[in-house]
Amino acid sequence: MPTVEFTRNLARHVACPTEDVGGDTVGAALEAYFARHPAVRSYVLDEQGRVRHHVTVFVDGRQLRDRGRLDEAVGERSVVAVMQALSGG
Amino acid sequence: MTTIQVATRKGLFTVARGEGGRWAVAARAFVGDGVTAVLHDPRDGALYAGLGLGHWGVKLRRSRDNGATWVDLPAPAFPKPDDPSEETTADGKPWPWRVDQVWVLEAGHASEPGVLWCGTVGGGLFRSADHGESWSLVRGLWDHPSRRMWSGGGADRPAIHSICVHPEDGRDVVVGVSCGGAWRTRDGGETWTIASEGMRAEYLPESQAFDPVAQDPHRIAQCRANPERLWCQHHNGVFISDDRGGRWRELTEVPPAVFGFAVASHPHDPDVAWLVPAVKDEERVPVDGAVVVTRTSDGGKSYTVAREGLPQTNAYDIALRHALDVDAAGELLAFGSTTGGLWVSDDGGARWQAIDARLPPVYAVRVVG
Repeated sequence: MPTVEFTRNLARHVACPTEDVGGDTVGAALEAYFARHPAVRSYVLDEQGRVRHHVTVFVDGRQLRDRGRLDEAVGERSVVAVMQALSGG
Repeated sequence: MTTIQVATRKGLFTVARGEGGRWAVAARAFVGDGVTAVLHDPRDGALYAGLGLGHWGVKLRRSRDNGATWVDLPAPAFPKPDDPSEETTADGKPWPWRVDQVWVLEAGHASEPGVLWCGTVGGGLFRSADHGESWSLVRGLWDHPSRRMWSGGGADRPAIHSICVHPEDGRDVVVGVSCGGAWRTRDGGETWTIASEGMRAEYLPESQAFDPVAQDPHRIAQCRANPERLWCQHHNGVFISDDRGGRWRELTEVPPAVFGFAVASHPHDPDVAWLVPAVKDEERVPVDGAVVVTRTSDGGKSYTVAREGLPQTNAYDIALRHALDVDAAGELLAFGSTTGGLWVSDDGGARWQAIDARLPPVYAVRVVG
């Protein structure tokens, strides 16, 4: 099961513990996480469902390039890390 | 107890009378985070704060215990458009269907206890009927054909900064848009008509100067006792209306300058208003480095300029459009500045007292109680 984890900076605003979730794409893993923690969604995705402009997502250490479809595959032991982009200051 | 809620780039500060009656910071919330709007709902005492969390987006919080604890509410958001490519920005990029900032929050009429209005950077006007638990884009204004003529004023996209709910009729609302003029609904938001005829834009070619949809009102304030009287601090002047935006006339003699962002109307006396003027748009600093508050008591025929208690040398404080407020009696005023000053007056704006704090840049001030 892929693991979803967050920069500790986000915990200032909303509870976002690291968790193992289901899903075989980045989008499915995030959706599985948001199903358990619905308050986290609006911090990561914008109102049109895209990854926020100044949020970066890494899958096993590689930065996600597509921010809209989120259809990149993840494996059983993948780590999806949600971080702050330095472009956001 | 009267308090002053001060929304800043780095937190929300509650200012109250302390020892010896001096105003001082009494409480703080969201320290480190941008607070772009604050509302105290007089109908139930709830506090609302609009946050701009940078990376994490626009958020809305509510407190029912005077700011001690806050709950996360859904922020106003655009629905998914049927065809996202159908609308583009002025430079041809796809229109970002996104709220960039909660810019102003206002309570609805007393007969509609859950109703809130929210103006946003991004151009959407939103309405909640359930104390902010859910929000709807006000389609009557968004779908108005003239809305696409709006443009950005100080931001890439247009923004709604003023929402004047009629004190007797909650369906009658006037909003101000930078840059899109003023708009009025009388049916709770279903239909809207332009309400900025008579405003003049110096920044347009002469032939376009009186186009009501191209106006940049910086702030519109209504008199609670006589809501036909509206005041507007505009990008290049001060305007007054006697018929709730049906027609505006320009007041050209405001000392020491006609530029500024903020205006406040006396709640009872429609002829009294306050402004915080500055050198016009290309400089945006106080005239001669001296912060002043200009008051008229006769509907703009004459003015007094208050300086007592305000910095008069080397002061570069600008009061942004939501950073000036007056209490329900018309006696207590407060304003904050871009350089973190906060001043309070107990005598209708004649003399001012600085609070002993160097706050973050002040976005909005609300006198509560």
